[in-house]
Amino acid sequence: MTRKDTGVGASLLRREDARFLEGRGRFIGDIEIPGMLDVAFLRSPLAHARIASIDTPEDADGRVFTAADLSDVKLVPPASKVPGHRIVAPPPMASNRARYVGEIVAACIAPTRAEAEDLVETLAPDFEMLPVIASMDDALSEDGPRLYDDWDSNVSMETGFDSGIDEIIANAPVKVTRVLDMARQAMVPLEGKGVLAYWSERDDQLVVYSSTQSPHQIRTALCEALGLQQRQIRVIAPDVGGGFGYKAILHPEEVIVAALALKTGQPLRWLEDRFEHLTAGANAREHRYEMNAYADDRGRVLAIDAKLTTDGGAYSVWPHTNGFDAIQASGILTGPYDIGGYRVKTQTVVTNKPPLSPYRAVARPGACFAIECTMDAVARAVGRDPAEVRLDNLVKPEAMPYKAITGKEYDSGDYPACLRRAMEMVAEAPKTPAPGRLLGTGYAIYTEHTAVSTSTISHIGIPMMPGFEQAAALMQPDGSLELRVGVQSHGQGMETTMAQIASQVLGMEPDRVVLRHGDTGLSPFSTGTYASRAIVMTGGAVAAACDKISVKLREIAAHLMQCEPSAVRLEDGLLKGPSATMTIADAAETWHFRPYELPDDVLRDGLEVTGGYRPDGDKGPFAYAAHAATVSVDPELGTVELIDYVAVDDCGTRVNPMIVDGQVLGGVVQGIGTGLFEESPFDDQGQPLATTFADYSLPTAAETPMIRLDHSETQSPYTRFGVKGVGEGGAIAPPAAVINAINDALRPLGAELCAVPATPKRVLGAIFDAQDRAKADLETAK
Amino acid sequence: MKAPALEFHRPDTVEAAVAILAEGDGAARILAGGQSLVPMLNLRVAFAETLVDIGAIRELAAIEDAGDHIRLGARVSHARIEDGEADGHCSGMLRHVARNIAYRAVRNRGTLGGSLAHADPAADWPVAMIALGVDVEISGSNGNRKLPVEEFMVDVFTTALQEDEILTGICIPKACPDLRWSFHKMRKKAGAFGEAIAAAVHDPESGFCRVVAGSSAIGGPQRLNLLETALQEGPADDDAIRDALTRTIGPLDRYEMQIHTVCLRRAIEEVRT
Repeated sequence: MTRKDTGVGASLLRREDARFLEGRGRFIGDIEIPGMLDVAFLRSPLAHARIASIDTPEDADGRVFTAADLSDVKLVPPASKVPGHRIVAPPPMASNRARYVGEIVAACIAPTRAEAEDLVETLAPDFEMLPVIASMDDALSEDGPRLYDDWDSNVSMETGFDSGIDEIIANAPVKVTRVLDMARQAMVPLEGKGVLAYWSERDDQLVVYSSTQSPHQIRTALCEALGLQQRQIRVIAPDVGGGFGYKAILHPEEVIVAALALKTGQPLRWLEDRFEHLTAGANAREHRYEMNAYADDRGRVLAIDAKLTTDGGAYSVWPHTNGFDAIQASGILTGPYDIGGYRVKTQTVVTNKPPLSPYRAVARPGACFAIECTMDAVARAVGRDPAEVRLDNLVKPEAMPYKAITGKEYDSGDYPACLRRAMEMVAEAPKTPAPGRLLGTGYAIYTEHTAVSTSTISHIGIPMMPGFEQAAALMQPDGSLELRVGVQSHGQGMETTMAQIASQVLGMEPDRVVLRHGDTGLSPFSTGTYASRAIVMTGGAVAAACDKISVKLREIAAHLMQCEPSAVRLEDGLLKGPSATMTIADAAETWHFRPYELPDDVLRDGLEVTGGYRPDGDKGPFAYAAHAATVSVDPELGTVELIDYVAVDDCGTRVNPMIVDGQVLGGVVQGIGTGLFEESPFDDQGQPLATTFADYSLPTAAETPMIRLDHSETQSPYTRFGVKGVGEGGAIAPPAAVINAINDALRPLGAELCAVPATPKRVLGAIFDAQDRAKADLETAK
Repeated sequence: MKAPALEFHRPDTVEAAVAILAEGDGAARILAGGQSLVPMLNLRVAFAETLVDIGAIRELAAIEDAGDHIRLGARVSHARIEDGEADGHCSGMLRHVARNIAYRAVRNRGTLGGSLAHADPAADWPVAMIALGVDVEISGSNGNRKLPVEEFMVDVFTTALQEDEILTGICIPKACPDLRWSFHKMRKKAGAFGEAIAAAVHDPESGFCRVVAGSSAIGGPQRLNLLETALQEGPADDDAIRDALTRTIGPLDRYEMQIHTVCLRRAIEEVRT
């Protein structure tokens, strides 16, 4: 029942690539609906302002809309089970108070975007400036301004955990303390966000094209906002040019465009541009970790005592709230290590910035950065090699499945072997420094809970909990197969991998399989594509649906071959009985076109099925990887050149190893962006300072060395085929690996950097600090 | 972001372009490669009622040998210079500077004259051109004039061009084949604007000698006469460079002082050795 050449494990070329590479993809911006108008928004130019009034031109009736025009649109608040979590849902449009630069204040519609922007310029809003909360420190200042008048502070959520570490603290010979900062950034998918909506009279439906990862989720939210039944909205995600979490949340623009399409009866479209994205979409990361590690004198870490502050921005996004980063980071902060004591406090504060949203791997890049920089600091404190100290602290393979102090159960894997392989690969390619440059190598290793299951996050209480997953398989009369799934493939290559899974189960050529995805009008319900879940959850559901098809095909064949169904085998796309063989197409055609060849009570419910999946025991797999970065630092200019990068990952069974490589490579480059380049700084008035690509630096081919990959495959005991998700993982380790490499290079100078991105200014700052310390020490010595 | 509606002209002579500018009464702007102006129009941070596209004026794309200097038409692209069309002069400095501007896609359209006329304080050409001591040619309603480039570059985003004038050409003096030059640009990543730029040029035959720094942080290109002696007689230590920067530009914060000092020192050392 398997096909090694086209099934699970085959590196098939991606079937979707031809249309993308030849410019034949169909994104929101490619879709034309007759009579369609463009929407442009008036956005708040101030970070915190009272909106006294908005004067609109007299002839602009029916073309300009403010919050007052959306008074019948209901807020869609995210939910939280965290005690005391204060949540404010973002209003589609600010009515009397704007809380970040870029918040929508009015919508203008016109035949073209340029004309809609002209209309925006004719509006005369009267903003009264309010005191700004521009940073975590502002938010936590005792006598500073408050974002919400009825709150007694700017703290939205606090959580904590304590395994009881007082005794360890009292007796540990080594204590290491670091404050580590990860900057705010934007997610910058190749394609910006976009939404297009129109009422379809014939379908009695609002059709909403949205560049989203989660069509069913968006449908649920829009129905709630607009007071429609779920049958009355169809959300279609056409080709989507990257999501990274940015497109896994409800955007105010989706609500506004849908509401105004209903209100005006006209097809409306909004396409996000880069300026909007880098301003209103500067919504990711921004964590501060105060890490205290307690260790023995060999660097064996006995306890971690941490405090995490995240800048949650102005509102809580639907469905995850502003607390998702803090909850996830504190849940994985001890990393892949066997650490016996753990205490953590988190606080999520509100500020005058765009609402914090989950970005590829959500908080794990931050958590990995925190524990891995701390691990290097521990190694330095005890005078040992950081990689060796890691090996001593990692969970051992014989301890699997391992129950971490955080309560998570790591399912399988050999973490030390993974790190040792990365060390070997570094040793295989030794580097020599250029004149005047300092070389350094840094490691980072993580474990990541992929395809998060219900039990993992039910305590958070978000409104749409992932759990069951479905896939429909529709056997066509000619024996070709249509798969319909509720997830959306926007770079993951699912049109290829899901066909491979069908090929694996049914033995048919992937060319005979098509995947329909991202359309609530076509597919079974799904919460969508996020959390590295599709290959585990949807892959499992596709396999289950194909299992059902297989049973049905064998039943047909058994009747035609006059044998028992159990005597029919499905091999290489052929149904083989004891005395005869037939093709899948023969069986399918018989049921559809020649029912007279079958008894009337056979297979009445046909060859179109829905299969379902939920991991056994509701457990999730843990994928993991060890990365190593080597940098060349110019200590006079603070510039960092990444000269080598190694990533050894284990995501269980690889359905398509080539696609896994692509996912890891893309993730690593995004992580390099977090580590070295990407940052959305704000000034003390909450004004964003990187609003075009001239100021927002993304890594390009020129900044990326040849990334050397290797893999191991430890099958998860809990999933179909033993797969673990891989979509996010690549992005987790690079910030930590890069900073550890830089600090390795800076060791001769006595300098240490504790913040990303490692811009020349930050690197030189760390060197200046070391110089000042040395000078002060010298003075003291005198 | 999309630009508001505007009038578009594409004249084929300098005279016709000047006439449109004169009629435009200050609201007309020249469109050369459009690599800065078009994004700024789209972002609605620059405005024009009329765009005068000079892409059809053939003489502005010419590269000619004019005896003691080489003359580049104002709309010669960075890419043509990168590809060596103006090579054989300045010992490869023009080519080096061109090759490190933004990305090839930008260089294909962006022009030398456009860069000078735009006067972005972080741009490369103004620094390089001042270091080479070039003159620029200007045409306007009142005829033609010629200026040393350092007089042309007045301030941040400000040049000596009048509303009805066009920068038509750049006259680069022919240097001796042994011209010593160095151009150091410190940037966050390939393709980015320089955080600090330093150029040093020394013609041992004529004794011509210049040191120029540039960047947004120091308000655009700054000629550092105080360092020119050091370039010839050397050595330039960091204290002397810091002193020259402070006296020419004013106080700089520690980071800016460091990166400009290091770029200048490296440029001077490279020319001297």
